[in-house]
Amino acid sequence: MSETLVPFDEVIAKYDPALGLEVHVELNTNTKMFCGCPALFGGEPNTHVCPTCLGLPGAMPVVNGKAVESAIRIGLALNCSIAEWCRFARKNYFYPDMPKNFQTSQYDEPIAFDGWLDVEVEGETYRIEIERAHMEEDTGKSTHVGGATGRIHGADYSLVDYNRAGIPLIEIVTRPILVPAEKAPAVARAYVGQLRDLILALGVSDARMDQGSIRADVNLSLAPKGETKLGTRSETKNVNSLRSVERAVRFEMSRHAGILDAGGSVLQETRHFHEDTGTTSSGREKSDAEDYRYFPEPDLVPVAPSREWVEELRGTLPENPTQRRARLQEEYGFSDLEMRDVWAAGALPLIEATVAEGTAPQSARKWWVAELLRRANDAGVELAEVGVTPKQVAEVQALVDAKTINDKLARQVFDGLIAGEGTAAEVIEKRGLALVSDDGPLLAAIDEALAAQPDIAEKIRGGNHAAAGAVIGAVMKATRGQADAARVRELILEKLA
Amino acid sequence: MSQLTRDEVAHLADLARIDLDDAELDHLAPQLNVILEAVASISGVAGDDVPPTSHPIPLTNVFREDVVRPSLSAEQALSGAPEVEEQRFRVPRILGDEQ
Amino acid sequence: MSEIITKTAAELADLLAAGETTSVEVTQAHLDRIAAVDGDAASGVHAFLHVDAEGALAQAAESDARRAAGEARHLLDGVPIAVKDVLATQGLPTTCGSKILEGWVPPYDATVVGKIKAAGLPILGKTNMDEFAMGSSTEHSAYGPTRNPWDQTRIPGGSGGGSAAAVAAFEAPLALGTDTGGSIRQPGAVTGTVGVKPTYGGVSRYGLVALANSLDQVGPVTRTVLDSALLHELIGGHDPLDSTSVDTPVGGFVEAARKGAAGDLSGLRVGVIKELAGDGWQPGVMQRFAETVDLLKELGAEVTEVSCPTFVHAMATYYLILPAECSSNLAKFDAMRYGLRVVPEGDPSAEAVMKATRDAGFGDEVKRRIMIGTYALSSGYYDAYYGQAQKVRTLISRDFAAAFEDVDVLVSPTSPTTAFPLGDKLDDPLAMYLQDLATIPANLAGVPGISVPAGLADEDGLPVGFQVLAPALADDRLYRVGAAVEAALTSRWGGPILAKAPTLEGPR
Repeated sequence: MSETLVPFDEVIAKYDPALGLEVHVELNTNTKMFCGCPALFGGEPNTHVCPTCLGLPGAMPVVNGKAVESAIRIGLALNCSIAEWCRFARKNYFYPDMPKNFQTSQYDEPIAFDGWLDVEVEGETYRIEIERAHMEEDTGKSTHVGGATGRIHGADYSLVDYNRAGIPLIEIVTRPILVPAEKAPAVARAYVGQLRDLILALGVSDARMDQGSIRADVNLSLAPKGETKLGTRSETKNVNSLRSVERAVRFEMSRHAGILDAGGSVLQETRHFHEDTGTTSSGREKSDAEDYRYFPEPDLVPVAPSREWVEELRGTLPENPTQRRARLQEEYGFSDLEMRDVWAAGALPLIEATVAEGTAPQSARKWWVAELLRRANDAGVELAEVGVTPKQVAEVQALVDAKTINDKLARQVFDGLIAGEGTAAEVIEKRGLALVSDDGPLLAAIDEALAAQPDIAEKIRGGNHAAAGAVIGAVMKATRGQADAARVRELILEKLA
Repeated sequence: MSQLTRDEVAHLADLARIDLDDAELDHLAPQLNVILEAVASISGVAGDDVPPTSHPIPLTNVFREDVVRPSLSAEQALSGAPEVEEQRFRVPRILGDEQ
Repeated sequence: MSEIITKTAAELADLLAAGETTSVEVTQAHLDRIAAVDGDAASGVHAFLHVDAEGALAQAAESDARRAAGEARHLLDGVPIAVKDVLATQGLPTTCGSKILEGWVPPYDATVVGKIKAAGLPILGKTNMDEFAMGSSTEHSAYGPTRNPWDQTRIPGGSGGGSAAAVAAFEAPLALGTDTGGSIRQPGAVTGTVGVKPTYGGVSRYGLVALANSLDQVGPVTRTVLDSALLHELIGGHDPLDSTSVDTPVGGFVEAARKGAAGDLSGLRVGVIKELAGDGWQPGVMQRFAETVDLLKELGAEVTEVSCPTFVHAMATYYLILPAECSSNLAKFDAMRYGLRVVPEGDPSAEAVMKATRDAGFGDEVKRRIMIGTYALSSGYYDAYYGQAQKVRTLISRDFAAAFEDVDVLVSPTSPTTAFPLGDKLDDPLAMYLQDLATIPANLAGVPGISVPAGLADEDGLPVGFQVLAPALADDRLYRVGAAVEAALTSRWGGPILAKAPTLEGPR
């Protein structure tokens, strides 16, 4: 593809972006949106289906009350107004993974509307305005067979499993987000991340981006600086990690700028994001021919949540994220800088869970934000999906506190945990990582090191205690790191006192 | 209200996924216009102040408990399928995008 | 003709209860009648698309065993019934009169089918209909038309011509129909039988293959008002699987029918709808209608003329709302999951297969309505067409509400004409649509209606229907008035109207 990408620095000098995010949240209700089939991820193909979600002639939908409740709670948590009266509508289009060839959704009467979510990026708060949150149903899943790529293009035929069809979705749509150009990718990421945390705290979804229970569509347009009219937007579909959200925005900004710089005009189209390259490619052109012919779903009656019910649900909301963040920072004694890093890493819920297992807040912070974040970044996954649980972090720290291992050995324990070698204790056992607790071998190693570096012994004797570092290093090397450095230092100073 | 042209009828057929050939277009287009002319008579009958009726008997808040009910067996679910493979509905290659 | 098949369902129930006949005997007699007169697409009544002799007899035998054990489940346990082919029947083909569903056997039962099975009524088979219930003549069936037992060169009405003809030809004592704009009542009128469209939401629609969801209702098709009341009580009531189902107790229909048959309508206020008369209304139809109105006065009712000015827009409103809803409902017939699949030459895409299948699988009337509906919903036209129709619908409901301030029931002829010759209006959709002029308003407003025989038109000797409409959830009034008219006219005629129908020969 002959795309000219403009370097990000040049993009932000010339253009202002308008972002829009549409996030689909798959609810964790027991049953589907409109029928009693289990709303489970996976399962034997076509076993979680009934006449309704399979779109058999004659079958009818009935709304899952729990899903409405979840939708209202999400709306309230996003500071939305809750509709006093709203309806479902049919969105008509043909697609083989959609059993009825219309999606039961909401159109101009969403259950929740006009809300906001404050997100923080590098110490600045940005208010993201929420246009609407509405209820709809998921589609089935197609597997494409034949062709070179296993992708839809070039496939010989497809196999469809309707287990996912009808699982409740809440679609959350922002108003255009107008932020400084250089901040746009980070704000987009922060919004989706914070939204995910909120959904998790509400307990209404598994909120696993990697499994598709949260999916983001990124809309982006650029306009020359100073221009108030929004440019033509592209819609990048199904961006499935926070990192990808950031990369997709960044890439689309560079791509749009390339087109605009060359005097071209951006095509209004859907685009696909490619995790491997961080690029997007053209999907389907949004044309006038796409006419969804929305009309109110005649098989369902209006939803009119009483104000009493709404207030009752408001009472079940978890603490709002801003308050919670301030409270935990105070409780944990984190500095502003530390807290910013914790927040940026999405580590707060993980630290909270680790602290709940008995770990000191600073220790928990150190592991998550320093050690484990690096590993997550290397692996290109979310911190929460790095392969270590808060409980395991707490176990490792307890072993450090008991001087069974030191920090350096702890890193190797994490290697073992991520590799699935069992519990922390089992990893230590298998890898032989426990500290040498007997002074005898340590004294022998100290003697050896001092003998090799007689001038250093002199310096220490002369009161230069910092010089002990070189001896400690040699001892650690000799014991393959399995010595307690503090104890070694004590022994050296005792010996040379 | 205006008459549908033959092209517009072809476009509607496309939206509705019906493969009308020329003879069918010639046959149906004038009939559709006769019908449209007749139904166009309601234009202006109801003013802006009249609320639309989507349900003849007004009900609200009909909800189901979030309790699992038995699903069909895969055999039942697939019983009417024109083609089945690996317990899935086999369909011809799909044009366009993933949704 | 076996005498037993001329019995009403209520009479059969009594005979079964008294042990004077068995369900197997009754069922077999009806199966024999079907074999003798139903014929096929080419000749005969052709009321049935599928006859399940084996299944019906097995159910009859089970019913007889229950009765012998003193465990009859319902008054109608053992009385056979025919089911319109638009209702899902587990294990029995359900085609909706369309090629696109040829051979489809649903893996589930419609709620009403579940209820009649649970009550022990043997299902004789599935009855013919206009494709997806679109039509007023049953000529739009993909499997050939049903013929009117009164004159086999004429239409039996539609869309439920099969169910009406089946009871008129004594092939079944009871049948289930569905009524979206008159599909139970108009066939009842032109075949000299009784048909009831219940209040919207009064009978579950779960398993009824939707034509227009906001208009459709399942209802009884019978030869007498009492039989309709019995069947209505059986199939009615709240269904948690139908969100539009009304959660109020159903009942009192049988009692109302018995009370009405006693013939006293004093105190009843009856409104004659002024707008449902005039040009295009057959003189013989209007004559029988006027006589029946006079009869109501004789029975003690106060009759006044009532104006429902918006009814003149009912047909246009209906022919926007219905196509819009059906264009979306019928989208599911796409050759992917069930039904017909037509694969064009070459290496066609799913989209090409869908288009070819829908072209081959749908008839002209279905295509017309899908196209009109697609147009009415498309962006730029929604407000002018569908949006406006929804508003006029409100006005029609208001006309009913205003009328029912002053009267208890409204009356009109059921259909402007008697049965017309087959083929007469096949390529003139508008002329066909006019058949439903009098029946459509009730569907738009959700109110209940009944058609009862009012006699034969002088000019052609064919049956005329008398329609009674009541406020929503006052279906009992239909039975009271209907039974009063039926009792008075039957006694005036010296027997049921069907006694005047020609004797049916087997297929020629």
